Amino acid sequence: MIALIALIKIIVVVLVILGTVAYLVLLERKVSAYMQDRIGPNRVGPKGLFQPFADILKLVLKEMIVPENANGFIHALAPVISITVALAALAVIPFGNYIVIGGQKISLMIANVNIGVLYILAMSSLGVYGITLSGWASNNKYSLLGGLRSSAQMISYELSLGLSIIGVLMIDGTLQLDKIVQAQGAWLWNIVFQPLGFLVFVTAAFAETNRLPFDLPEAEPELVGGYHTEYSGMRWGLFFLSEYTNMIVSSALIVTLYFGGWSLPYVNYTAMLPNMAALLQVVTFLAKTGIMIFVFMWVRWTLPRFRYDQLMNVGWKIMLPLAILNLLGTGAVMLALK
Amino acid sequence: MGNNGNVNRKKDMTLWEKLYFPEILHGMGITLRAFFRPKFTRQYPEERWVPPPVFRGRPVLVVEDETGVERCVACGLCARVCPSLAIQVQAAETELDKERYPELFEINMLRCIFCGFCEEVCPEEAIIMSKDYELNFSDPKEAIYGKDRLLTPASQLSDRLAFLKQYR
Repeated sequence: MIALIALIKIIVVVLVILGTVAYLVLLERKVSAYMQDRIGPNRVGPKGLFQPFADILKLVLKEMIVPENANGFIHALAPVISITVALAALAVIPFGNYIVIGGQKISLMIANVNIGVLYILAMSSLGVYGITLSGWASNNKYSLLGGLRSSAQMISYELSLGLSIIGVLMIDGTLQLDKIVQAQGAWLWNIVFQPLGFLVFVTAAFAETNRLPFDLPEAEPELVGGYHTEYSGMRWGLFFLSEYTNMIVSSALIVTLYFGGWSLPYVNYTAMLPNMAALLQVVTFLAKTGIMIFVFMWVRWTLPRFRYDQLMNVGWKIMLPLAILNLLGTGAVMLALK
Repeated sequence: MGNNGNVNRKKDMTLWEKLYFPEILHGMGITLRAFFRPKFTRQYPEERWVPPPVFRGRPVLVVEDETGVERCVACGLCARVCPSLAIQVQAAETELDKERYPELFEINMLRCIFCGFCEEVCPEEAIIMSKDYELNFSDPKEAIYGKDRLLTPASQLSDRLAFLKQYR
């Protein structure tokens, strides 16, 4: 029974996420167009709403080319690693509190792991394998450079990512993501107590998802396509999918850690019917995540790419000290208030 | 590192600018304003651009509205001046006052460079540049415009004729 419930939850989440990703691509194209005084795709279906289907059909129909001297197995494996890791991180995101079906409480997260934050950190750092291996297996200098940049970037930003979360963990005293949401309550979101940690975390999250201004592994003008230069067809599609899935995961994580997850000010969930409350919670959570995703796109179409040395400077000389400062500051204030 | 001395940077940034994050928000404000600006896109097949009279489109032969006869007297100057040798004219005699008319008049639109020399050199104002810029062919032979496609009533070319009257 428990396994069945978990399976249903997994299927629902994966299908919803994959559908969302297809539309996020359309959204990104529309957002970029509007920010550049253009209109964007509007030919396929009303207002271009069927554009994702055309995109996917095109990707499926294209040939998957493997370069002659590439390592075929790893070349095929790398995108699979990327997408698997990206989707796996969704397992511990709390979409809502719980629903009641047949008198049974079912929590709205796939796996209630008691080290949820650690699990997400682990998964996001595994994601670098997909990119690095694809860069190496392609037997192409641009791909290799992209892969190397990716690993260096991940190492530099993982540190500040982890350190900036510790502030939140100290305040809420738990690693379980649903407990963190509950600890924040309706009003006292962690962004109020952790503005510096929030900035560091968001910046590191941008670097982790390889989005502009930190998209050095791709860096079209310098590296052709970076790590996915030698990919085509649905394998390339998988990389694309995992980039957007990573974006969803990061947005969801930012919302969970700093914007109170599914909590809504002035709304008392306990006074409502449990299932109504759950619906409202899911909608709230998805809306907050959607706004965060829009911010991701907004930043992408605003900021230019960092130079590589600037990236490393920011990572080691600014982000890391700021994260440590945030950690010490939080500790000092907590000690003083005790 | 990275700066080879040729980069001219603004050195006297205020602390506020050096903090970087406020400036990012400033930039995001700019893109957000762009988000709500009117768009420049022209929805081409539905919305077509109508060029102003200065525009030099496909050259055409002017036909007088009253008589239905082309102005051209087949002097061959246009063919002579054409830098890309796109025009071919064969003259023949006629009973009309102008005594000569082009039996054959062909412009190869694959050669034409829209320079407008033919229009400039024409003594009769018989060949002028139209507003037609939508030229496409599926076969090189199709690109050779004969008299059937070149002859255009003067009433349709009034913009350009007025422009020529004023500026030439």
